Amino acid sequence: MSIAPIEIERTESAEEVSAVVEPDVPWVTLVHNDPVNLMSYVTYVFQAYFGYSKDKAHKLMLDVHNKGRAVVSSGTREEMERDVQAMHGYGLWATLTQDRG
Amino acid sequence: MAGHFEAVPGGGAAVALDEVEVSILRSLTVQLLELIGPGEEPEADADPLAALFAEGPSKPPADPALRRLFPDAYGDDTEELRAAAADFRRYTENDLRARKREDALVVVRALDGLDTEPEESVLLKLTPDESRAWLGTLNDLRLTIATRLEITEDEESERLYRLPDSDPRKPMVMAYLWLGALQESLIETLMS
Repeated sequence: MSIAPIEIERTESAEEVSAVVEPDVPWVTLVHNDPVNLMSYVTYVFQAYFGYSKDKAHKLMLDVHNKGRAVVSSGTREEMERDVQAMHGYGLWATLTQDRG
Repeated sequence: MAGHFEAVPGGGAAVALDEVEVSILRSLTVQLLELIGPGEEPEADADPLAALFAEGPSKPPADPALRRLFPDAYGDDTEELRAAAADFRRYTENDLRARKREDALVVVRALDGLDTEPEESVLLKLTPDESRAWLGTLNDLRLTIATRLEITEDEESERLYRLPDSDPRKPMVMAYLWLGALQESLIETLMS
C-alpha cells in the first residue's frame, strides 16, 4: 500500500498510481489496526483532523481495519511527522515512512 | 451502568451518571494521570525559556501501556529508523504527555463539579471543547485498560466479553466495555 489518499477511491494498478505521486513528496502517514480503537472513533479522527468527507474517512477506516494499515496522508517528512504526532495525540497507532511507490 | 451521552441543542453533550459511575470514572482518570506522570518538567524556579527548549526522552517508556500511548513514530527495521524515532520522541513526547494530562484534568474537574447524592443520578453537561477532552481521555483509558488486559487481537477482546463472573479480570472488562459504550455515544454527539 503506497497509494496517496487522494487516489484511494480509484482502482488503477500500482504502476499507474505511483506515476502520479510527486517525486519530491515521498513520505506517507500510515495508521495501523488495533483491537481497541472504535471504528466510529477512527472515522471521527480522520474527519476531524484531516477534514476528510464522512465517506472517505469511513473507507480509510475500513482499509485500516481490513488490511491492517492504510495510508492516510502524504507530503513532506515534516508534514508527516506533524500528522503522526496528531494521530498519537488521538491515540491512534501511526508511523511515517518513505513512500517507495 | 446504562448512561450514554446525548447531544445538547446548541452544542455539547450531556450524560446522566450515578454516584458509583462518577467514582469509577474519577478513580480511573486519576490513575491515568499518575501513569502519564508529570513528565520531565523543570524545577519551579528554573528559567521559563529553558522549559521551552527542554528535550524529552529518546527511549520508549518501559511500561507497555505508556508505550501504547506514546508509540514510536518510525518503524524499527534499521538503525536509521530507530534514530529517527528517538529524535521524534525527544521533541514530541513531553508535549503529548502534557496534552493528555490536560484532557484528563478536564475530566476530573467536571466530575468534581458534580453534586452527587447517594442512589441518585446527576446530569453531567459538557461544552464542545470539554467533549473533545473527554473523548481523548476515554480513549486513553480504554487503551490503557486494554494493555493491562492484554487485548492485542480483535478475537481476544471477544473472548474477554464471555468471561465467567468468577474471573478476576471481570470488573476491569466491565469497566472497559462501559467506557467503550460511553465513548461511542460521545462520538455520536460530536458527529451529529
